[in-house]
Amino acid sequence: MSASDDAERAGTARDHESGDAARTVLDEHDISRALTRITHEILERNRDSAGLVLLGIPTRGVHLARRIAERMSEVEQRTITAGALDITMYRDDLRLKPARALEHTEIPDDIDGKVVVLIDDVLFSGRTIRAALDALTELGRPKAVQLAVLIDRGHRELPIRADFVGKNLPTSLVEKVKVRLNESDGSDAVSITDSGRSEVSS
Amino acid sequence: MITNLLSAGDLDRTDAIRILDTAEELLGVASRPIKKLPTLRGRTVVNLFFEDSTRTRISFEAAAKRLSADVINFSAKGSSVSKGESLKDTALTLQAMGADAVIIRHHSSGAPHRLAQARWTKGAVINAGDGTHEHPTQALLDAFTMRRHLVESTGTDLAGKNVTIVGDVLHSRVARSNALLLHTLGAHVTLVAPPTLLPVGVEHWPVETSYDLDASLEKADAVMMLRVQAERMNASYFPSAREYSRRYGLDTARLGRLPSHAIVMHPGPMNRGMEITADVADHVRSVIVEQVTNGVAVRMAVLYLLLGGASGEPEASEEGTS
Repeated sequence: MSASDDAERAGTARDHESGDAARTVLDEHDISRALTRITHEILERNRDSAGLVLLGIPTRGVHLARRIAERMSEVEQRTITAGALDITMYRDDLRLKPARALEHTEIPDDIDGKVVVLIDDVLFSGRTIRAALDALTELGRPKAVQLAVLIDRGHRELPIRADFVGKNLPTSLVEKVKVRLNESDGSDAVSITDSGRSEVSS
Repeated sequence: MITNLLSAGDLDRTDAIRILDTAEELLGVASRPIKKLPTLRGRTVVNLFFEDSTRTRISFEAAAKRLSADVINFSAKGSSVSKGESLKDTALTLQAMGADAVIIRHHSSGAPHRLAQARWTKGAVINAGDGTHEHPTQALLDAFTMRRHLVESTGTDLAGKNVTIVGDVLHSRVARSNALLLHTLGAHVTLVAPPTLLPVGVEHWPVETSYDLDASLEKADAVMMLRVQAERMNASYFPSAREYSRRYGLDTARLGRLPSHAIVMHPGPMNRGMEITADVADHVRSVIVEQVTNGVAVRMAVLYLLLGGASGEPEASEEGTS
């Protein structure tokens, strides 16, 4: 996550219920459909699911990765597990903020020669993915790295793009995209808030 | 979070658990093909050692290097200190060279406090053992090892666990730091030593004391044996080494009286045959070697939390800075 994405996440937890200025763009069913489609797209593109390693980026990326792994297990008729890749130590904005707590890293399989699919909730500046690519190099040498995101909100600051996108969401920089997932926030929804108004609740 | 690590007593429960949880994640780095993280690239860490040390200095050096910091090792032997340079002038020299953190071990109790409070150096000061006073990172790695064996999960403390610390408490900075930290984490500490080796004022420590090792074995979840620090003893503290080892040494018979889940610890270096017999030191329930491994992870966590981000309170500026 880029610095600004983090601010969004902080917002997500804070005004969980007070979303009067929020506009819901994806509801529970939309998210479910998007993840099912992404699952099939990943399988179609790579054909062989045995050579795939799914890695979510904490915290919401991990929830999404687990859901995709579940769907993939159903389609492929075997258990596929998703891992987690914490990118905190690789961030480029570490010195701008006090030291943060680390998230859990869990690599289910050797990644050498595999196709790694990174999974995150929102693609914004691309800095999180840059950090994730750095983290991956130190864990091994994957055959290829692909990126799946639930929301692509644009405003890239680095030459990075997603291979699988749940929804392209054109936004302005003052808007905040909030992803809520059942595992961490009690319900599934993606909404856009005009940050000018949401500041009140902070 | 604190800006220096001078005493285990400076850590509150939240800080202590944050360090242990961070260490838990960093322990995984040691098993990777590339044991390195880029986090402290460009930062300079000085190991300022006025007293001999093997594992602490190497452990700090490994921890700093795994986080990509530049490490300068300074030992008093062979430096200008032997020409009579003061701590202040040494510190000012290091400051002029741009040290971001100074890890200090000194034979005088309180030297790290002096260094931190006099502001001779702008970097973070980490106490790696001062005289007979404190050794906070050792206490952290001991607590970390206990938590992995006795509680086995992140985010928790050591509430309700019984820890028995045996031996030369008087000269032990490890015992003092452990007593403070383990109390903060909710564990119950019993110090066992001959009366001559308990410090004055021990009744004000948050611990129980006893002169009888056998009585405190049955309920212990962890037993920590301390080294008899002959180099700090200028008088007879006990009649003979043999008597000490009979009354306060951990042998196979005493090991058998511990509960089956209990672990045996030693901060090192060991005097085999004195406070611990060789078979106990090499026993499967001894976690002495593991303590060393955990030491690197814990010190990485301390360095990361002190140097990894901008200075200031964590969480407070979680948003709005970007």
